[in-house]
Amino acid sequence: MEMAQELHVLAVDDSHVDRKVIERLLKISCCKVTAVESGTRALQYLGLDGEKSSMGIDGLKVNLILTDYSMPGMTGYELLKKIKESSVLSKIPVVIMSSEKILPRIDRCLEEGAEEFLLKPVKLSDVKRLRDFILRGEGDDNKETEKNIEQVCSRKRKLQDDPTTQSIPSPVVTAHDIESSPESQQPLSKQSKIG
Amino acid sequence: MENQKKRQAAYMKRSLLDQGYLDEQFIHLEELQDDANPNFVEEVVKLFYTDSARYVRNIELALENGPYDFARLDNMMYQFKGSSSSIGARRVKRQCSQFQEYCNAKNIDGCRNIFQGVKQEYATLKTKLETYFQMER
Repeated sequence: MEMAQELHVLAVDDSHVDRKVIERLLKISCCKVTAVESGTRALQYLGLDGEKSSMGIDGLKVNLILTDYSMPGMTGYELLKKIKESSVLSKIPVVIMSSEKILPRIDRCLEEGAEEFLLKPVKLSDVKRLRDFILRGEGDDNKETEKNIEQVCSRKRKLQDDPTTQSIPSPVVTAHDIESSPESQQPLSKQSKIG
Repeated sequence: MENQKKRQAAYMKRSLLDQGYLDEQFIHLEELQDDANPNFVEEVVKLFYTDSARYVRNIELALENGPYDFARLDNMMYQFKGSSSSIGARRVKRQCSQFQEYCNAKNIDGCRNIFQGVKQEYATLKTKLETYFQMER
């Protein structure tokens, strides 16, 4: 029994270290990852000026936005607000991450529509829990239990690691690709990195 | 020969944990490694070095002359602390927190003193981790 789909997660964090870690956590959890360095880049990727659906510029539907709270420029909270105010993007679940457990901040984010607030450093169990939660929400008749999801995920990973059965690996667009684009109106170019 | 290296690496890691240089976050990162990604932790730590060099430089510049923007100093140290926390650099993280306390108290001399401690802990950890990764390879 295959998973109906792999979740596509848009991760937003200004820290190189944290982006790399969250990317790894998501890949292990069998999610496609697009990692960007700022709220501005995230909105660009999502097509703020009005795509018909919650597609990234590379046509991959975004199932979850995982964003750091404290970022220069646009904070995670401000990004959350913009997403929830958008008729096109508001249905995408948004989860906020922060290294600070400040209750008024957490309340504010949840009130604004954040799905959850995760304390950094984020653990693999947090990511898996999120994945299961989103998967349950995404499928209409998705009766897959967490155990099933985990089994399918680890089978997928075994196939990916085994060079004799190489299927097409999940594309990972990293911030390096998106960062390299100039700040102008030029469309961001997508590059898939293998592995 | 291989086994001895592995034993030495394990022993060193244990020692780094016991002495509080590293905390369990480092272990969590190692658990994310597999045959397809055997150097993940070292790659993350390399990013940490790059980021840290930048943070340290910026804080150093900000500490040079008044007027001192304590909010800005606090924010820069917050970022450094975040990276430290993400790799499990426990002692560095502690020093960062103390620096932030001095920022809150608007105590520039306190900040400067503790900053020396931050740099020292960072340098010590960097040396130890470089040795550790060499053993690991």
